[in-house]
Amino acid sequence: MGELLTIRDLSVEFQTEYGLVKAVDGLSLSIKKGETLALVGESGCGKSVTALSILRLIARPMGALIRGEIFFEGEDLLCLTEQRMRQLRGNRISMIFQEPMTSLNPVFTIGDQIMEAVQLHQGLNKKDALDKSIAMLKMVGISSPETRVFNYPHQLSGGMRQRVMIAMALSCEPALLIADEPTTALDVTIQAQIMELMASLQEELKMGILLITHDLGVVAQNCDRVAVMYAGQVVEEANIFDIFKTPRHPYTLGLLRSVPGYTKEDQLLGEDNKPRLKTIPGMVPNLRDLRPGCRFHERCFSAQERCLKQDIDLIHTAHGATYRCLFPNENMCLSAEIRRPSTLVFGDKL
Amino acid sequence: MSEFLLTVHALKQYFVQHRGFFKTQSSIVKAVDGVDFSIESGETLALVGESGCGKSTLGRSILRLIEPTSGHINFEGQDIIKANARQLRELRRRMQIIFQDPFASLNPRMTIGNIIQEALIIHKIGANSAERYERVRELLNVVGLRAEAIGRYPHEFSGGQRQRVGIARALVVEPKFIVCDEPVSALDVSIQAQIINLMQDLQYRLNLTYLFIAHDLHVVRHIASRIAVMYLGNLVEIGEAKEVYDNPQHPYTQALLSAVPIPDPTKKLQRIMLIGEIPSPLAVPAGCKFHPRCPAVMPRCKEVSPSLITIGTRRQVACHLFDT
Repeated sequence: MGELLTIRDLSVEFQTEYGLVKAVDGLSLSIKKGETLALVGESGCGKSVTALSILRLIARPMGALIRGEIFFEGEDLLCLTEQRMRQLRGNRISMIFQEPMTSLNPVFTIGDQIMEAVQLHQGLNKKDALDKSIAMLKMVGISSPETRVFNYPHQLSGGMRQRVMIAMALSCEPALLIADEPTTALDVTIQAQIMELMASLQEELKMGILLITHDLGVVAQNCDRVAVMYAGQVVEEANIFDIFKTPRHPYTLGLLRSVPGYTKEDQLLGEDNKPRLKTIPGMVPNLRDLRPGCRFHERCFSAQERCLKQDIDLIHTAHGATYRCLFPNENMCLSAEIRRPSTLVFGDKL
Repeated sequence: MSEFLLTVHALKQYFVQHRGFFKTQSSIVKAVDGVDFSIESGETLALVGESGCGKSTLGRSILRLIEPTSGHINFEGQDIIKANARQLRELRRRMQIIFQDPFASLNPRMTIGNIIQEALIIHKIGANSAERYERVRELLNVVGLRAEAIGRYPHEFSGGQRQRVGIARALVVEPKFIVCDEPVSALDVSIQAQIINLMQDLQYRLNLTYLFIAHDLHVVRHIASRIAVMYLGNLVEIGEAKEVYDNPQHPYTQALLSAVPIPDPTKKLQRIMLIGEIPSPLAVPAGCKFHPRCPAVMPRCKEVSPSLITIGTRRQVACHLFDT
């Protein structure tokens, strides 16, 4: 118990003119109060679609088909009326979007935009709402909030806009915060400030955070558990220490090794005897024509014929971790060998 | 003493901004404010710093893609600043650039073949179209793309593949020096690793020299032989990559490196807090430009601007802490 959010068997499909695209396929996740879950994976793996489905922000008329259950504080979000959903959005569940440049409305002051949420959800009058906005801006570390509150988004820098987004998202003290690549567009110094800020607010408000990112450094420093997604599926989920020490799925291992600075020993050397990075050959599969079997097999170093026979089910370990692989890596991450494809002929398909 | 391929001396790049209703007021943005450095043949010099510090501008003014305000740029014994249009075109055959955004830097209406071939036509390389296409095919093979790519358009390719096209486009004229302006920032980690390896292989095979502009310090540590750290238009520290990374001297370099998240959950960040953000280049602080954010600020820093001082071998720092 104590689960704040439980997603069971979520599938999201889009009907496009080229056929059915399975963006998310049988995804199950849960987040406890005060916990940070990282959702990692490459572009197009379904991370953001998962986040948008929790808030029901995927437009249905597009032909999207959403199945499964998303339980939040005892209610199935997918069965709620639009009216009830509107009471939850920005109130109990908030989201920080990736691009602070485009997610703020350019024709309203930042104060107006924060006030809108608190007036709507907490029924504050205009004066109290303004005070609340100033307090929020102060909390996220914006200097002279009394004047900044009347600024328009274009008057602020990228880091400040992202702080405004956070202030807005936290103004109603949500139980769940979804942060979709909150620091990707920012410099490391600002990123560190923002992540520290989110951590201290989490401490204070005991909120659960779903952090979507592809920066494994940010994951290692800020999260409790990690779910790795590949082509619409969760391929591995474990606590932060296990996943960095013993990644079981070959994709997780490959992702970690692609990060410069992760592997220290056992390095690959190029022709010039300088270290090279270990790469995952090839590219993500096309979600329009997925064949049965493991979706990662084309790029996997330990793939065998059995991997193609049937879809791979999630396997649960004794420590509460899960992975989706028939030949998981059981050793410490550094011992298994990824063969590097010959240098200049990559498996890139056009 | 080894040969320097490129030497930059006192390079300044100012932009004049006109303000007010009748554009009567003007203010000067000093994007690059007196930068000195040299690059040896075959090395990779990484240029790092926060956004807005002038690193991309510096890369572009070296190629004279924007006209520098003053200074000297010596490339293989020739002063680029003084070169006339014809000489400049000839120079650009030897110095190329790879851009950050592989989505914006390729013309969507041209085929990959034409994008790569264009440089050959401009530089009058190859007798006829058949010969040029042969060269384009060769280049596509070198960067790991299939020859079929030649007749396709940029939108048919993924980010990593487009960046390969960008690399092929730069390499087709056989340059010696390439400015890489954040070539992997827009890519996913696994694709990023492929491109970094490719760039390292090409550097060795074709004896290329890179000026590698980046903000990802893990990438920089991996690829660079030397690192130059830039803050508000000035270099604050320059030295061997490993030394700068493992033992940063300038307070700004220390703070910057301490903010880089380590991909290891058992090592938590020991962050040096930097207050606020990089100041606007329109209102640059007096004295040392870093002093309002510096944890080791001294009274002197507010008045006198420090210049680069050599400490140790091939290591330079611009900070009053190292004055003797």
